[in-house]
Amino acid sequence: MRRALLIAIPYVWLLALFLVPFFIVLKISLSDIELAIPPYTPTLDLSQGWAGIRDFFSQLDFENFVWLTEDDLYWKAYLSSVKIALISTVLTLIVGYPIAYGMARAPTEWRPTLMMLVILPFWTSFLIRVYAWMGILSNEGYLNQILLWTGIISTPLTILNTNTAVYIGIVYTYLPFMILPIYSALERMDESLIEAAEDLGCSRVQAFWLVTIPLSRPGIIAGCFLVMIPVIGEFVIPSLLGGSGTLMIGKVLWEEFFSNRDWPVASAVAVVLLLILVVPIVLFQRNQQKQAEAEQ
Amino acid sequence: MPLFPVRRTGAVLNSTVFAPWEDPQAKPLIQFQNVTKRFGEFTAIDNLSLDIFEQEFFALLGPSGCGKTTMMRMLAGFEKPSEGHILLGGQDIDPIPPNKRAVNMMFQSYALFPHLSIWENIAFGLRRDNMPKHDLEERVEEMLRLTRLEQFARRKPHQISGGQRQRVALARSLAKAPKLLLLDEPLGALDKKLRQDTQFELMDIQEKTGTTFVIVTHDQEEAMTVASRVAVMDQGKLMQVATPDKIYENPNSVYVADFIGDVNIIAGRATANGDETYQIDWAEGQTPLTASSASGVSNGQSCHLAIRPEKVTISAERPSEAINAVQGKVHDIAYLGNLSTYYVELANGTIMKAQTANTRRISRRSFTWEDPVWLSWTATAAVLLAD
Repeated sequence: MRRALLIAIPYVWLLALFLVPFFIVLKISLSDIELAIPPYTPTLDLSQGWAGIRDFFSQLDFENFVWLTEDDLYWKAYLSSVKIALISTVLTLIVGYPIAYGMARAPTEWRPTLMMLVILPFWTSFLIRVYAWMGILSNEGYLNQILLWTGIISTPLTILNTNTAVYIGIVYTYLPFMILPIYSALERMDESLIEAAEDLGCSRVQAFWLVTIPLSRPGIIAGCFLVMIPVIGEFVIPSLLGGSGTLMIGKVLWEEFFSNRDWPVASAVAVVLLLILVVPIVLFQRNQQKQAEAEQ
Repeated sequence: MPLFPVRRTGAVLNSTVFAPWEDPQAKPLIQFQNVTKRFGEFTAIDNLSLDIFEQEFFALLGPSGCGKTTMMRMLAGFEKPSEGHILLGGQDIDPIPPNKRAVNMMFQSYALFPHLSIWENIAFGLRRDNMPKHDLEERVEEMLRLTRLEQFARRKPHQISGGQRQRVALARSLAKAPKLLLLDEPLGALDKKLRQDTQFELMDIQEKTGTTFVIVTHDQEEAMTVASRVAVMDQGKLMQVATPDKIYENPNSVYVADFIGDVNIIAGRATANGDETYQIDWAEGQTPLTASSASGVSNGQSCHLAIRPEKVTISAERPSEAINAVQGKVHDIAYLGNLSTYYVELANGTIMKAQTANTRRISRRSFTWEDPVWLSWTATAAVLLAD
C-alpha cells in the first residue's frame, strides 16, 4: 500500500502538472479564434448532454497546424531556434569543459569553493542578470567604453540586439548546466587511468583524447541536453538581447499569444515545439539510464 | 594453476644458479646512483644506490611509507629524482617521459580503461606504437592466451572478476614487451587463496617471457615466494638486499630480522670465545648463550641475537648435548593447525617463542599451559647482530 502510494506521487504530479495542461493546450490548438472570453471556440457545454459533446468535437480541426506549414515564418523560426540552440550548446561546451576540467583537477580543499562560484549567479534573478548584460553590451555600455578607452577600437561595436548578444547571453546563463554534469563525471575519474595511458605510450594530449574525453562523455551528453532543450524554447534572452533579426520560436509564440491574441495558433506553436523537444528529451533520458546502469 | 618449472628463485632452489648480482662482470639493467627524492620537506628516498639485473624478479619490500612506491614511480617516469640518476641499460632515463620509456607498469588499482573491452585494453599500448594490424592482433591473442583470458576478450572490465582483472592488467602491461615490468602491489586486491595461485602464475609468466620484474609489496610472504632478490626498505633507505633465503637466514640488522617472519630478539653483550664463536651475556642470573658468527664482533660490544622460533626446540628435560638451553614455563600456545607456537616465559620475564610442527593429534600434545619446559638451540641457529 505504502509502496503504491510512493509510486503514485510522481504519477499524480505528472498528470496534474504536465498531462492535464498539455491536453488543455492541445484542445485550444484545435479550436478557432473568436473575439470573446476566452478568445477561442468551441467551449465544452455539458448542459447539452451527449449532443453537446458531439457538437464540441465536431468543431475541432487541425486548421491551425495546417496554417503553421503555410506561413514560412513558423518553420523558419523553428529551424532558427534549433540552429541557435545547437550553436550555443557547442559554445557552452567549449567554454564549460575547460572550467569543469580545471575544477576536477583542483586541490580537493578548493573544490567546494569553486563549485560555489559556479552556482553563485543563481542567487540573483535571471532577469536582472540579463538586463545587466544589456548594460554591458550596449553601444554606450561598459564593454565598448573599455575597448574605446584602451584604444582597441575607435568606433563602438554594435553587439546588443544582434545574434552575438543572444549567444553571449545564452552561454552565460546556461554555463552551470554544462559545467556541473561534466565536473561530476571528471571528478569520479581515477587519476591512475591517465598515468596508465601515459605509461602505455600516450602523450598528455593523446591521453586526454583517448581516456579523459571518452570517460567524461556521459557528462558531456547530459550537459549538452540540459543546455539545448531549454534554449530551443528560450524567450527572455532573444527578446531582451536579440534584435529584430533574431528569429526564435519562443518569441513567435509570445507575439501570437499577447500581440495577436490568437490563442489557438499560439497553442499549435507550443504543441509542435513540444513534439520537437520530445526527441532530445528521450535521448537524454536514455543517456542517464545507461550511465546509471554502467555504474552498478 | 598451470604446471610450472622448478624455480631458480624463491624458496625453491635448484642447480642452475641464477645470480648475476654475484658476477662482477654482469651489467645491471637498472642502476640507481645515489638517488634522493624529496617531496617538500619530506625525504622519501635517501641517497640510495641499487643495481637490478636482467631477468631478475626483484621485490621491494617494506612497510607503507618506506619509499618503495616512490622508487617504482621514478622507474616508470612519474617522478624525477631530486638528486642522483637512474640508468636503464646504461642510459640515464631521468629526462625521458613515461610514454617514451621501455618500461611498463601494472597499477595497484589495475587502472583498466572502463570504456574499452579487454581486447582493446590489451591492444591500447600497441596501437600507440602504430603496430601493423596483423601483428597487433597476433600479439593481443598471444597475451590473451598467456593469461588465459581468451573467452573474456569482448567483455568490459566491469563484467569480469577481480582475479581476471588482475590478469588483464598484467597482459596489458606485458603486451609491449617492455624491458622492465613494474608491479605495484599486484596481488593486493585478491583474497589469500587466489593470491597464492596467482603468485605462481606470475612467476611462471616471468619465466616464460624473460622480462625483468620489479614488484612492490608489503607482504613479506609474497616477496619471499616470487622474488629472486628482495630489498627490505625502511624510511627511504635499503636495509638489506639479498636472496630470500639470505634475508631470512642471515638478516643484517634487527630491523630486517624482525620485519621478515617471526623472530626472538635477545639483547646482550658479546665476548669472543674461540674461533668465530662468541659468548653472549644477556640477563642477570642466566647462563651465557653461545653463537657463532663469521662477522667480527669486538669484545664487550653490545649486540642482539636473532633466533627463529622454528629453530628453537622445546622439551620437558634439559637436552644433554644442547649448547644453549633456557628454562621457562608455557605462557601461551598459538595453534595454527599445522604448527603450534609456544610462548614460553623465562625466569626473568622474557617471552620466547618456539615453534613445532604438529605431527601428532592435538589431544596428544606434550605440553600445555603452565608446564615447565626447556628451550634449546644450536650455536649456528642464532644470528649474532652487532649494534
